[in-house]
Amino acid sequence: MSRRVSAGRIGTSAVRFNFDGNQYEGREGDSLASALLANDTLLVGRSFKYHRPRGLLTLGSEEPNGLVTVGVRGAQTPNTRATTQELYEGLTAVSQNRFPSLKFDLLSINDRLSRFLTAGFYYKTFMWPKSFWESVYEPLIRRAAGLGRLSEVEDEAQYDKGFLHCDTLVIGGGLAGIESALQAANQGKQVILCEEFSRLGGALLFESAPLTHIDALVAELEANANVRVMIRTTVQGAYDHGVYSAVTVNTDHIPQSQTKAPRQTLWRIYSKEAVLATGAHERMIAFDNNDRPGVMLSSALRGYLNYYGVLTGNSCVVFGCHDDARKTVVDLKAAGAKVVWVDTRASHQWVEGVESYTNAKVVNTRGRHRIAGVEVEQQGRRFWINCEALAVSGGWNPRIQLTCHQGGRPVWSAAVGGFVPGTKLPPGMQVVGAAAGKFLDGHWEPAWDLSVKGAAFVDQQNDVTVKDIKLAHQEGFVSVEHLKRYTTLGMATDQGKNANALGIGVLSQHSGESIESAGTTLFRPPYTPVAIGTLAGRSRGKDFKPTRLTPSHEFATRCGAALVTVGNWLRASYFPLAGETHWRESVDREALTVRQAVGVCDVTTLGKIDVQGRDAAEFLNRVYANGFLKLPVGKTRYGLMLREDGVVFDDGTAARLAQNHFVVTTTTANAVSVYRHMEFVHQCLAPELDVHLISTTEAWAQFAVAGPKSRELVQRVVDLDISNEAFGFMACAGTKLIDGTPARLFRISFSGELAYELAVPTRFGNSLMETLLDVGADLGAVPYGTEALGVLRIEKGHAAGNELDGRTTALNLGLGQMVAQTKDSIGRVLANRTELAQSSVRLVGFRSDQQILTGSWLIPDGAPAEQAHTLGWISSACYSPNLGCYIAIGFIRDAQDYMDTQMRAVSLLDATDVKVQVVSPHFVDPEGERLRV
Amino acid sequence: MDYSVLRVIKEALNNHKGWGPAWRTPTPKPHYDIVIVGGGGHGLATAFYLASRYGMRNIAVLEKGWLGGGNVGRNTTIVRSNYMLPGNEPFYELSMKLWEGLEHELNYNAMVSQRGVLNLCHSDAQRDAFRKRGNAMLLQGADAELLDTEGVRKLYPYLNFEDARFPILGGLLQRRGGTVRHDAVAWGYARAADQLGVDIIQNCEVLGFRIEHGQVSGLETSRGFIGANKVGTAVAGSSGRLLSKAGIRLPIESHVLQAFVSEGLKPVIPGVITFGAGHFYLSQSDKGGLVFGGDIDGYNTYAQRGNMPVVEDVCEGAMGLMPMLGRARMLRSWGGIMDMSMDGSPFIDRTNIKGLFFNGGWCYGGFKATPASGLCFAHLLATDTSHEVATQMRLDRFARGAMIDEKGQGAQPNLH
Amino acid sequence: MLINHPLLGPRDAQEFVYKGDASLLQRPDPMAEDALEKFTDYAYLRDNPAGEHRELWYHEQGDRSWLVVTRNTLTHEILDVQLASEVAR
Repeated sequence: MSRRVSAGRIGTSAVRFNFDGNQYEGREGDSLASALLANDTLLVGRSFKYHRPRGLLTLGSEEPNGLVTVGVRGAQTPNTRATTQELYEGLTAVSQNRFPSLKFDLLSINDRLSRFLTAGFYYKTFMWPKSFWESVYEPLIRRAAGLGRLSEVEDEAQYDKGFLHCDTLVIGGGLAGIESALQAANQGKQVILCEEFSRLGGALLFESAPLTHIDALVAELEANANVRVMIRTTVQGAYDHGVYSAVTVNTDHIPQSQTKAPRQTLWRIYSKEAVLATGAHERMIAFDNNDRPGVMLSSALRGYLNYYGVLTGNSCVVFGCHDDARKTVVDLKAAGAKVVWVDTRASHQWVEGVESYTNAKVVNTRGRHRIAGVEVEQQGRRFWINCEALAVSGGWNPRIQLTCHQGGRPVWSAAVGGFVPGTKLPPGMQVVGAAAGKFLDGHWEPAWDLSVKGAAFVDQQNDVTVKDIKLAHQEGFVSVEHLKRYTTLGMATDQGKNANALGIGVLSQHSGESIESAGTTLFRPPYTPVAIGTLAGRSRGKDFKPTRLTPSHEFATRCGAALVTVGNWLRASYFPLAGETHWRESVDREALTVRQAVGVCDVTTLGKIDVQGRDAAEFLNRVYANGFLKLPVGKTRYGLMLREDGVVFDDGTAARLAQNHFVVTTTTANAVSVYRHMEFVHQCLAPELDVHLISTTEAWAQFAVAGPKSRELVQRVVDLDISNEAFGFMACAGTKLIDGTPARLFRISFSGELAYELAVPTRFGNSLMETLLDVGADLGAVPYGTEALGVLRIEKGHAAGNELDGRTTALNLGLGQMVAQTKDSIGRVLANRTELAQSSVRLVGFRSDQQILTGSWLIPDGAPAEQAHTLGWISSACYSPNLGCYIAIGFIRDAQDYMDTQMRAVSLLDATDVKVQVVSPHFVDPEGERLRV
Repeated sequence: MDYSVLRVIKEALNNHKGWGPAWRTPTPKPHYDIVIVGGGGHGLATAFYLASRYGMRNIAVLEKGWLGGGNVGRNTTIVRSNYMLPGNEPFYELSMKLWEGLEHELNYNAMVSQRGVLNLCHSDAQRDAFRKRGNAMLLQGADAELLDTEGVRKLYPYLNFEDARFPILGGLLQRRGGTVRHDAVAWGYARAADQLGVDIIQNCEVLGFRIEHGQVSGLETSRGFIGANKVGTAVAGSSGRLLSKAGIRLPIESHVLQAFVSEGLKPVIPGVITFGAGHFYLSQSDKGGLVFGGDIDGYNTYAQRGNMPVVEDVCEGAMGLMPMLGRARMLRSWGGIMDMSMDGSPFIDRTNIKGLFFNGGWCYGGFKATPASGLCFAHLLATDTSHEVATQMRLDRFARGAMIDEKGQGAQPNLH
Repeated sequence: MLINHPLLGPRDAQEFVYKGDASLLQRPDPMAEDALEKFTDYAYLRDNPAGEHRELWYHEQGDRSWLVVTRNTLTHEILDVQLASEVAR
């Protein structure tokens, strides 16, 4: 049966769609909701708790009942409001939260048990037997809970983000919004107007009066160059300082196959001024069984008629406490429906030929899958009226949500019969039109709870009834905050738009406390629910964070190097040769080759900071715990950097290239934070120093060339005498390669071998890497990656990130002497706090013939594996090919007592318990002779 | 007034006429032995344990608004005892054990749901750190498992294993961790404390402390002066602005933590999962909403709201971890005020004013601590000594250099 | 949130990194007798006001200047922004 009685204001071409397996036809411009109504399909969903049959309550985004799932697999979108889903050819939708079907839902048994399932019942039971909560009750509750279903398949849509600036942001494209936008635009302001619907016009679109006036204004608006009109765009949040979030729906109304555009766009809009012109939405009245399919808000019923051309029922009862109901009565009658008007008020402006009852109220309804009649009570007398639809006009709620986003509290207006904006608005925002409580007409008298003994719904989706509110109040949940949390009123997908004001009115009627003093809960962003994909935008998959490539990345990938993620960097972890099948083979070979011949490793990722100025040395003297004032030009020094609290922050080197020019290095992980800290020291603590800093991490490609043959190799490429006499241990120089490329050379080593670090401007990095290996082939030069780098530094006993865990001090690291006590440096004072200064914890080494796991804890022989018996932990571990056994470094207390003794490295997680020998952490060349050849 | 399924049925057949207020609305007495300031989870738990375990009867809880309306009603409901340091882990493990017995102790279904807390790791270094922490948990009597990629895939097959920017290498799982219905915790403790005679005074704001000769004698409140032998404050988030009325400065900054819930969905997330390569954690409530969040905004605030960058950052983490979440919709957002301490760890301690005790500094981890915080604070208030699992949670630990710094970030609250 | 950078004009706070109370500008004398006590207070104790707060922000994704911002921690209204290096001098 077709309920389409006119063309309304939408198109006429047919659009085919599928709902719950049935084929239907609608019109271009229909919503899924209006198309279903046109096809006389009233039953669209089942409520959350009681699984009561439900139909559409509204025609907008605040719809609580008509939630369906649209699309499949990567496009499956649960909880889609049928009222906002624009119809397109081939649209497929299914109802939710019912089994096996909408018409026959097994869980509707909950409705029969409703008296047991009142608000908060679950707090009072499900406690026995103890194990049953998790094993029985909860799984059942969880299976019954929720509405729609996610597909568990990756969301196939793309999303985008954008940034906009304007002078005035107008929120809402109804009459008030359009007029405000025109006014601002004509003052020369740049205006953005956002409208949630697919066209401008607002509430007037859904009234019967011709649209001539507003169409003319819209035309004027769209012709104005100062205005950007954004339809299908909802402003979601009013954030600090005139920052607004908005979401544009780009493709949800188009078949997926026909578009490659991003599904939705998240906008950040910067605007000093905003005009909130969001209008108001109608609310229900609570009476018994006020939730049957066919019971609708009065403005929605006439909106479906006027805009979509759909007459929901041939016989309609219009019930209300507000003048607005009259418009519905008039429009229905003009469409040829039989109308009965029931009004709670004593009088109203009569409509000719319409049966009317004043001082009357609806006290019940009947009909299972659609409404069949209403029971009216007037002056003690009750009687039934048959009908196919019931329109309810309970008053109006201005859409004031955005006014609350910065803590503003709405106030009750008895004149308006709704909450209106309070005095504290987000700075720059003004509210106009119905959103401000300014109605064009309407006399209202309160009608909240008209229930008798049945279920009178206040929050339809969450099945919260008047009885629940009464019970909550009876149990002491008297504040609106408690009411909301205890009953879940206002916590459904419509975010309280339908439930809150009605619930507060009902509560007030029962408690006797006025609505003014009871107040309301606040609204917070988002204004309507926003897809998580939209808020994430393009930061998906591999684009979640940027990928930083090292200068020799091309070389590494050509060699087939295994790559590892280090922070945002991609570094070569090892370079397998043909025939090597296991990473240990490659890493062991690389580590051996470095100690026996020479290896080259890209160390560009370590932070580099250029420090220049007359006070550069003094500045470094402040940021490092050890001294730098007397570092000679042409020399490099290891630098230990503490946090102000005395704990080790970072370590690196500082090379004095000239009297007033240093190059500082940091660990890879702390490159950014060390630079930030140095700028803090300079600008905030020592602004009088003549020093300038700049990060040069990305400016220079830097390679470690390490091993007994490293001098030979480096000498072949640099245009500088690097004999031991000319360029001794820890020397540094700005120089060039033999081909003229600018370069910097540092004779520093973290491997314990003779070694250099050679830097060239980044764009020459890849080529230098290739050159070094080419030119060094006869020396046996190999590339080595982060794994071998790790093995070498552990063999040397060099602390790295694992040891600098933000809790260890210089003393713990065995570097206590490096903290100069006679000069001021960051951290010196607080490092002397008693428990830090008296700590017996020290960095030591461990040897074993079994694998030692990093993250193991050290327990003495014979002691149980319990916290009270732990002596310390393993911070770094590896197989040492140079020693032929497993080694590790870590921290133990009372280290001096345990040197050369045995203990156990225990990992309960891995069920390993390994005997280890405590030794010096410097396994290779402890005297440092190899460094100085 | 007992809660049980028989009672539910009986009352249902009796039109619910027998349910009375869950707690009284008493008039404040002029004097109490102990007054707790703060009617949130920790304050109410403290009062309950003072009454039930230490036999104290003359106590009051003062709450400036409605009980349970602060952080206890705003958190993401996660409970776990997966801390590493000996100053923390025994405390949280005690809390976990108290959670396990809570419903029966309170006769209130707080829906303690131990469906597991899984922290994902994405690098060798991270896995090593997890191994260290997991072992510490086991050494201190809690439960922990280290999973590899396949182990994670069995639990969460729809995570992004294929084209993730930071591949999932495994995770640290605490099976006994999970979620608890937060409002129920406040209401359960309130009801139980009230039944033991504790006066819960709502809509009573503390305006000042009355201190005579270095000893607290009572509180000036919006409902008049209330005398007390001992005062314990449990107002985390607002510790700074309350204690400043006693002239006390704290090693705490107040920050906002935003949290979010989605529309109700059919069950899809079995436990609690945290992303290791971005700030994001997620679970699913029994009503079907996905409950998730990420990092703090990072600036001092009492406004209980944050800004867009965190909202986007959290959702980027969500999509980075589980691209199937794209079509789930954020329904609600909210913010609480966190007591961010200088080492990320809390305080249960006396102050330098005799009779004034302090409980705070819970950062964003206060909810899971609720039972142990209540018990330890009650112990301190009743016996003037620290409970054995809270001995290190002292205000003077910074002066001594005895920080309890799980993240190793030092004296910067917004990094913890 | 927007920060009105004294040189660059209004910038989104997302470009910045927050450190904390601007009292960090008043670093105690490290060589004084009571340095340990003063440094402990300096590093650890905070006023943490609910109201006007002077705080340090670093423009990490901009010009790398440190700023002293006076902001109300209840309303987020920003009342003043200065270059830290000028305040510190």
